[in-house]
Amino acid sequence: MSELQHQSWSRLNDLEYAPAPESASLARLRDSYGLFIDGKFSDPGSHSQFVTLNPATEKPLATVAAGSSADVSRAVISARRAYDQVWSHMPGKERAKYLFRIARLIQERARELAVVETLDNGKPIRESRDVDIPLAAAHFFYYAGWADKLDHAGYGPNPQPLGVAGQIIPWNFPLLMAAWKLAPALAAGNTCVLKPAETTPLSALILAEILQQADLPPGVVNIVTGDGATGAALVSHPGIDKVAFTGSTEVGRRIQRELAPAGTHLTLELGGKGANIVFEDAPIDQAIEGIIDGIFFNQGHVCCAGSRLLVQESVASEVQRRLIRRVEQLRVGDPMDKNTDVGAINSAEQLARINELVDAGVAEGATRYSNSCDVPDAGYWFTPTVFTEVSQTHRIAREEIFGPVLSVLTFRTPEEAVAKANNTQYGLACGVWSEKGSRTLWVAERLRAGVIWSNTYNKFDPTSPFGGVRESGFGREGGRHGLEAYLNV
Amino acid sequence: MSNERLDVRKTYKLLINGAFPRSESGRSYEVTSSAGAFLGNVSWASRKDVREAVIAARAALPKWSGATAYNRGQVLYRIAEMMESRRDEFAAYVAASESLNERESQSVVNETIDRIVWYAGWTDKVAQVLGGTNPVAGPFFNFSIPTPTGVIGVLSPQDSSLLGFVSSVLPALAVGNTVVAVSSEKRPIPAVLLGEITATADVPAGVLNILSGVASELGPVLATHEDVDGLDLTGAGDLAGTLAADAATSIKRVFRPTALDLDWSVSPGTRRLRAFVETSTVWHTVGQ
Repeated sequence: MSELQHQSWSRLNDLEYAPAPESASLARLRDSYGLFIDGKFSDPGSHSQFVTLNPATEKPLATVAAGSSADVSRAVISARRAYDQVWSHMPGKERAKYLFRIARLIQERARELAVVETLDNGKPIRESRDVDIPLAAAHFFYYAGWADKLDHAGYGPNPQPLGVAGQIIPWNFPLLMAAWKLAPALAAGNTCVLKPAETTPLSALILAEILQQADLPPGVVNIVTGDGATGAALVSHPGIDKVAFTGSTEVGRRIQRELAPAGTHLTLELGGKGANIVFEDAPIDQAIEGIIDGIFFNQGHVCCAGSRLLVQESVASEVQRRLIRRVEQLRVGDPMDKNTDVGAINSAEQLARINELVDAGVAEGATRYSNSCDVPDAGYWFTPTVFTEVSQTHRIAREEIFGPVLSVLTFRTPEEAVAKANNTQYGLACGVWSEKGSRTLWVAERLRAGVIWSNTYNKFDPTSPFGGVRESGFGREGGRHGLEAYLNV
Repeated sequence: MSNERLDVRKTYKLLINGAFPRSESGRSYEVTSSAGAFLGNVSWASRKDVREAVIAARAALPKWSGATAYNRGQVLYRIAEMMESRRDEFAAYVAASESLNERESQSVVNETIDRIVWYAGWTDKVAQVLGGTNPVAGPFFNFSIPTPTGVIGVLSPQDSSLLGFVSSVLPALAVGNTVVAVSSEKRPIPAVLLGEITATADVPAGVLNILSGVASELGPVLATHEDVDGLDLTGAGDLAGTLAADAATSIKRVFRPTALDLDWSVSPGTRRLRAFVETSTVWHTVGQ
């Protein structure tokens, strides 16, 4: 690196930004929350409870009920009653209006929801404000319109719902995942029992308040907070007609195995090890931003993260140099600060997992570069990290890290890029960076992945089907295809 | 002494990678008509035959899935042509296997040929019917297309030896998958004969592999094989639940038929076409 470059780096690092914190009081959190069953919140005191922390401070935000298997049963019974007596008979155009109401209420309470999401999850407020909450509202708005048009969805006339859906969602996009699960299920005429992630239950509980404000009939949606045991009780409940799970491949595999004898309907959205492929003719400035966004968006807690960078040898050294320079400029810290690029790791457990794999990367001989900024003393932090000299057999090239860690590999020919990208048991998403459209589409045809981004990454839209192939799961969320997961077709 | 000519009997073999081997195990089993008359000693496929067939199907996948939909349609249509020209032979085997009279067995062959034509015509329609463009809120051309799941293991129906076999195998082939099919255990001969005509129908080697044998023996091999991407459990019987659980090891797509799916006489709709396709969505940037 030249002396001049070094000086300009230093100057950039010295630039001081005035803090621009969002106010935590906007969250208006209660001290404790019960379960949302049959349209009402239960008395928190009637359950054993657990504390949900702010991962950026390790301070408690609220106590939340740990749903027991008896609670799950009550929720399933309530959902069944609502299905039999109300929701399955309601004309689609009426169901639609409830969903439109929910979309509008999310928009109205967007700022509060963004603050709650950031406090509970640790993601930058910029992302919860600009991505999570608007997309959640958009998802309800999109599927609302399908509720009275199911005859035209391509599955024949009068397609029927499945019944009661048990839905288990992860902690990385708590409200957005709730929307991805609930909106198509309700539009198709099912009723739901939703189990939010243990570490991020709060936005779903605000959503429960919204469902009350929307006058959604009792039991159509029930929200049962808790840990893995609560989720397991939901999956194994005999009153469930359909399970939709988003989470790890390991748990997804267990669920698929458990549901097999009864043949319960199932869709799975599991892990990934996405490849971001950069060809020598790529628009390099945009590619660098896309690589950064692909792996450091949401602290890398993204199943479709571009966690492997495949860069063509002829531009590898330039891309690596510019990438590391850009990584050094990322601002890591208080998620509530509107300037923050990378927030807190969601939990101590996840931080330990990231540390373990990063240690393995170093031990196996890859070269580590990490952003050098200071992080707060309290909270869970991992600074953006890039590994170079990575080989395909390294654990950091094979296992999902689910954190802000990028593994860089190189290739010479498009064939080699495709072979390396497909060399994984996963198949969720890939990126292709090239100015040559014919090559992009040639590569896209050969990638074994459910989503392919060309000259962009980590874009989501309610109209666009999302989901994986191979061990990244099956079924799609979003678009017309997303209805199929909740119709008996 | 009779001076009648002695007929030349046929050996019923497996179809693996475009060739007709006996089972590597050297085993065969006796197949009789439903009335108990000897029909033949049929190759009794082994676990190793399954593995060989999966290797062939995997190797054939790039070419078949990469072929144009028009080409796939013509190849499948050619199977219908070949069956039409040998319809009496098929009808005789179906009659013997399924205890049908001549009119009934001719009707089954008619249905089968028409079913093949139906799926031949689907090859270049599925992308339009199951795919489309998505109006995302941003400067992107976004489209979704159905892509084949990969290598599909088909435990074909035990009762309907020809129509059911074709109705299970053809949809998987039409969308670009390659197939390892296990024929009906007690009624394997119509499927074996179908395998013979695929060789003259320009079906590339390895695209369709047919194993005569026992579903309860071969099913677990397919269900646990890491290189099998999808599993059709139509002929699995009581084992369906166990095999579906085994399939979870590699998150396979599993097709479990409903009662409606087992009525081979009705128009099948798109359920089986949708069973073994993935939806691939591409976001292509729009800009100057």
